[in-house]
Amino acid sequence: MKWLRNNWQEIPGLVADHVTLSIPAIVLSVIIAVPIGRLAHKRRLIGGPVLGIASMLYAIPSLPLIIAILVLTGLSARSMWTMTIALTVYGVALLVRTSADAFAAVDKNVHDAAVAMGHSGTSVFWRVDLPLAVPVLVSGIRVMTVSTVSLVTVGALVGQSGLGWLLTNGFQRGIAAEVATGVIATALLAVILDGLVMVAGRLLTPWAARRHRRTKSARVTARPRSALA
Amino acid sequence: MNYISAAFGWLANSAEWRGSTGIPTRLAQHLITTGIVVGLALVISLPIGILVGHTHRGSGVVGAVAGAARAIPTLGLLTLFGLMWGIGLKAPILALVILAIPSALAGAYAGIQAIDPAVPDAARAIGMSELRIILQVEIPLGAPVIIGGIRAATLQVVATATLAAYIADNGLGRYLFHGLEAHNYAEMLGGALLVIALALILEVVLAAIQRWVKIRVTNPRSSRRTQLHT
Amino acid sequence: MFRRTMIMAAGLAVFATFSLAACSSNTPSSSGSGSDSKPTLVIGSQAYYSSDIIAEVYAQGLENAGYTVDRQFDIGQREVYLPEIQSGGIDVFPEYTGPLLQYWQPDATVTLDADVYSALQAAVPDGLRVLNEAPATDQDSYVVTQDFANKWGLTTIDDLSKVTDPMTMGANAEAQTRPNGPDGLLKTYGVSVGFTPIQDGGGPLTVKALQDNQIQLAIIYTSDPSIAADNLVTLTDDKGLFLSSHVVPLVSDKVDDTAAGILNKIDALLTPDALIAMNARSVNDQVPASTIAHDWLADNNLN
Repeated sequence: MKWLRNNWQEIPGLVADHVTLSIPAIVLSVIIAVPIGRLAHKRRLIGGPVLGIASMLYAIPSLPLIIAILVLTGLSARSMWTMTIALTVYGVALLVRTSADAFAAVDKNVHDAAVAMGHSGTSVFWRVDLPLAVPVLVSGIRVMTVSTVSLVTVGALVGQSGLGWLLTNGFQRGIAAEVATGVIATALLAVILDGLVMVAGRLLTPWAARRHRRTKSARVTARPRSALA
Repeated sequence: MNYISAAFGWLANSAEWRGSTGIPTRLAQHLITTGIVVGLALVISLPIGILVGHTHRGSGVVGAVAGAARAIPTLGLLTLFGLMWGIGLKAPILALVILAIPSALAGAYAGIQAIDPAVPDAARAIGMSELRIILQVEIPLGAPVIIGGIRAATLQVVATATLAAYIADNGLGRYLFHGLEAHNYAEMLGGALLVIALALILEVVLAAIQRWVKIRVTNPRSSRRTQLHT
Repeated sequence: MFRRTMIMAAGLAVFATFSLAACSSNTPSSSGSGSDSKPTLVIGSQAYYSSDIIAEVYAQGLENAGYTVDRQFDIGQREVYLPEIQSGGIDVFPEYTGPLLQYWQPDATVTLDADVYSALQAAVPDGLRVLNEAPATDQDSYVVTQDFANKWGLTTIDDLSKVTDPMTMGANAEAQTRPNGPDGLLKTYGVSVGFTPIQDGGGPLTVKALQDNQIQLAIIYTSDPSIAADNLVTLTDDKGLFLSSHVVPLVSDKVDDTAAGILNKIDALLTPDALIAMNARSVNDQVPASTIAHDWLADNNLN
C-alpha cells in the first residue's frame, strides 16, 4: 500500500482520461448498433448475416485491430479516435444482437395498433417501437458499457492514457499494488457507469417499473447471455 | 490493402508453416489453451449456474459476481498473476478462466431459469427427485441457452488467449507481439487472421451444435423419445 | 406519449452533453504563453518508467528557469512519437543514442560510444538536434544469475560457449529477430540459445524467470536497479554486439540556447549511478517520477 500512499494523486487524472475514452465509444456504439439491430429484426434475410458478422467482429484481437485502424485511417496512435473506433467496433458487435432482440420483444399487437391509428413509419419507430425496446436495449448497453470500460485498458499498450497505464507501468516497476489498483479502479468505474446506464434506463421507462416488475427483472438478468450468444 | 495482401503473403510462406514455432504448432497451442480454459470455466460455472437456475435463489448474487468479473480487465489480471507466479501458462490460464466464467455462468442460469415453472412442477408432481428433475428435465430444456453461453465464452477466450504470449512462448499471440514490436505488420495481421479464422470455425461448430440441440428440444417427437430412453 | 418522448430526448441530451464535456476536457492543458517571451515547451517521454523520470528532470529543470512546460508523457514507441517530434508537436524528448541512430539508420554498423554519437548528430533530420549526451547509459545487456556465472565461470559473453547445458534467453518478443537476440548471439559469438518472450522489457518477470531458472540468460537494461539488488551478473560485450546507448535529449528549434544550456547542465550531472539510483527509488520507494526528479534536482543545486 506504499504505492497508493505515494501516488494516489495520479488516479483522478487517469480516471478522467479513462472516462473520456469510454463515453464517446459507448454513445457511438448505441447510435450505430440500434438501427442495425432494428434492420436485422425487420429484414430477416439480411438479419442473419449481419448478426453473424457483428459477432465475428468481437473475435478480432484488440491489439491488431488498433494497429489495423492506424494503418487504414492514417490516424496517430495517440489520437483518441483510434481508440474510439476500435472500442466502437467491439461495442457495435456486442450490441447489435441485443438490439435485434429488443425490437423482437416489442409486442406486435401494440406495433400494429399504432400503425392502425395512423402513425407514420418514423413516428411508430420513435414513439412506439423504440420506447418499448428500451428495457432490453438497456440490458445490452449495460453489458457493452462494462466491456468497453474494461477494454480501454488495452490502449495502454499503444500509449493511450487511462487506468491501463497503471497496469503497464506497475508491470515494468514490479509494483503489484499499482497493478491491483488499476484492476480494481477499472472494475469500479465499470460498475459505476453500469449503474448510471441502469438508472437512465429506469428514468426512460417509468411505465416499466410499475408494470410486471417480476417478468422485467427476470428478462433483464437473462439478457446479457443473448448479447454474447 | 497492401497490408492485407502482405498478410496473405506471410500466411502463404511455407517457411512459416514448419518447425516448433511454425503456424501449426502455434495453432495447436492456442487451441489447447482455449480448451483448458473453457473446460475449467465450465467445471466452475455450470454447477453453480444450474443450481441457481433450479432453486431460483441467489441469482442476484451470481448476476453481480458475473457482472463484476466482466468488468475486470484481463490484461490487468494477467499482469498481476504474472507478477505473482512468473512466466508460463499458469497466469494466463487463470486470467482467461475468470474472463470466461461470466458468459458461461449467465448462460447456465438463464437457460434453467427461463424454463416455464410449470414443467419442473409437473415433474415433481409425478414424483421425480430434484436431481432427476435437474438432469432429465431442466438441463435438456435449458441446453440451447447453456450452449449459447459456452459459445460466447469460447469466442471471448479464443480472441483473448493471444494475451498469453505476453508472458509465455505460446499461441498465436506470439505473432501479434512480435509483429507489433518488429513492425512487421504482415506477420501481425496474418496472426490476427489466423485467430479470426480459428474463432470462426469454433463459432460455426458450436452454433451447429446449439441448433441441433434446439431442434431436439423443440421437436416434441424426438424430445419424447429422449425422455423414454434416458 | 409526448411526455415520454420528451423524457427520452432529455436523457439523450444529458448523455450527449456529458460525452461532449468529456471530449473537451481532453484537450491538453495548454497553459497559455508564459509571463515573458519564453515559449511553452512540450516535453514527451517513452512508455517506460525510467524515461518518465528523465523527462520529469528536464521538465522541472526548465520550469525552475522560468519556462512553461507542457508534459505529454508515456507516448508508446519511436514509431509513434518520432513522427510527432518531426512534425513539431514535441520539443524535448529524452532519447537513447544507439536505438535512435538505429531508427534513422537501420544498417548503422558503429557500436562504440563516440562513433554512435557523431553518427547520430549527422543522422538527425532538419529542424531537430541532439544536445550533449549524458554519462548515464541505458543499453541492452546480457545478464545471468550469480549462481549461473559461478557454476560456469562466466564474466564475458564469449564465456557462454563454455556452457554445455541448453540455455534459454528471455526478452521482449522483438529480440527474437533483432541483432541483440539469439540470432545475433549466434552470429557474433557462435553461441546458440532458445528463446522465451517476456513482454516486460527486462522487468520483474524477467528477473523472476532468471531466478527460477526458467531462463538462464536475459536481456536487461544497464540502468535497471534489479541488476544490483538481485545479485545479477552483466556479461561483458567484447565484440560490440550491443549498441552504445547514452541518455541524450532530442530537441526542436524551439529550444533556445538558454534552455539547451540547462539541459546540457543536467546531462553533465546525470551519471550511470545517478540514473540507477533514481530508477531504484521508483521501484523500491514507489514514489512518482515528479518527486524523484524534484529531489535529484535539489540534491544537485539545480532548483
